[in-house]
Amino acid sequence: MSQVSLTVNGRQVSGAVEDRTLLVHFLREHLGLTGTHVGCDTSQCGACVVHVDGKAVKSCTMLAAQASGSTVVTIEGLADGADLHPVQAAFKEHHGLQCGFCTPGMIMSATDMIRRHPEGLDEATVRAELEGNICRCTGYHNIVKAILAASKAMSKAPKGKAKKAA
Amino acid sequence: MYSVNYHRASSVADAAKLMKSGDAKLLSGGMTLIPAMKTRLAAPSDLVDVSRIEALKGVKVSGKTVTIGAATTHFEVANDEKLKKACPALAHLASLIGDPAVRHRGTIGGSIANNDPAADYPAAMLALGATIVTNKREIAAEKFFKGLFETALKDGEIVTAVTFAAPAQAAYEKFRNPASRYAIVGVFVAKGKDGVRVAVTGAGDDGVFRAKPLEAALAKNFNASALDGVKVPASSMMSDIHASADYRAHLVTVMAKRAVSDAAG
Repeated sequence: MSQVSLTVNGRQVSGAVEDRTLLVHFLREHLGLTGTHVGCDTSQCGACVVHVDGKAVKSCTMLAAQASGSTVVTIEGLADGADLHPVQAAFKEHHGLQCGFCTPGMIMSATDMIRRHPEGLDEATVRAELEGNICRCTGYHNIVKAILAASKAMSKAPKGKAKKAA
Repeated sequence: MYSVNYHRASSVADAAKLMKSGDAKLLSGGMTLIPAMKTRLAAPSDLVDVSRIEALKGVKVSGKTVTIGAATTHFEVANDEKLKKACPALAHLASLIGDPAVRHRGTIGGSIANNDPAADYPAAMLALGATIVTNKREIAAEKFFKGLFETALKDGEIVTAVTFAAPAQAAYEKFRNPASRYAIVGVFVAKGKDGVRVAVTGAGDDGVFRAKPLEAALAKNFNASALDGVKVPASSMMSDIHASADYRAHLVTVMAKRAVSDAAG
């Protein structure tokens, strides 16, 4: 057993876990944060993407013990109270989902991608950047549209707010 | 995944000590090891996490010498400004590995120590004539990679860095499996002070290898046209449902030509 202690969505959390516990299971089962999904469980589909120390990672392929001491943001940590994060708002506006299963991972990858491309995004870049996120419903078209719209909206937002949102 | 004991090493010496416990394995980004443990293809008793050791991180460029710490992630290699100047081909190669989330975790040391026959870095190390530095010794890439998932590493030996002289010209071209995105054939071409080297990943039936017939042709004329009609023997190529040995042999020349054009361009 390991004692892990990390910051999740701004909250200090800790717990005793088996060393083999995956980060995604710690989030879902120990913390009840079930917004992060387990899709393929083989690090291909990206439904489990969360941010660890500011970087998108697949939480099904990282041990909770590896994340101990880190700062984690999940889909539950993006919105500012009742105000959706710009990426969430764009997914809603452009209907970037059908069944919604991949959506948490898509949105976490999208926010990471937008942060890494402050110069802006084009369609080809978005599609290439979504390499590690699989959606079986939408054909990606509206997801790409939503990410492009969010990227534009966030580059227009005042700097301080964009930083907080990211 | 079977039960395992996780240890976080505070230094390379600490990691070496921890590696003596049971059937321990080093854990860096875990992008291969954790999936292998989940499918029970790997079942170490202990994991020694070296990914937070500061001494193993970062890219250094001093004059022509490039040194990359073993725990440097693919993302860091792909985006390092100094490396993009000294050896843009290697930064480009790193940007083609896996997907963004994988590149945030996976490390160069982990990749070369695993020596997957379709991994990208081994081809670069071989073509660049790199030296693999461990906590015990320095090993030439030529002697380091020993077939499928085999390396010269001894039990408990830890890769700490790789180092190489920046080549005058280099490029990497990868023909990806459309589903897994691993290389069906990946060719790294480098022209340096020791001549032209062409290393191939994904294709060989015994892992990464140097394409000597292509090197000989390019040594005379470093131009894609020099490779017209030059081939590696299909008899030493891998053959599977994705590509036959003949097709892989053909692709080696095609990818090498593209790489030479990129390098020259």
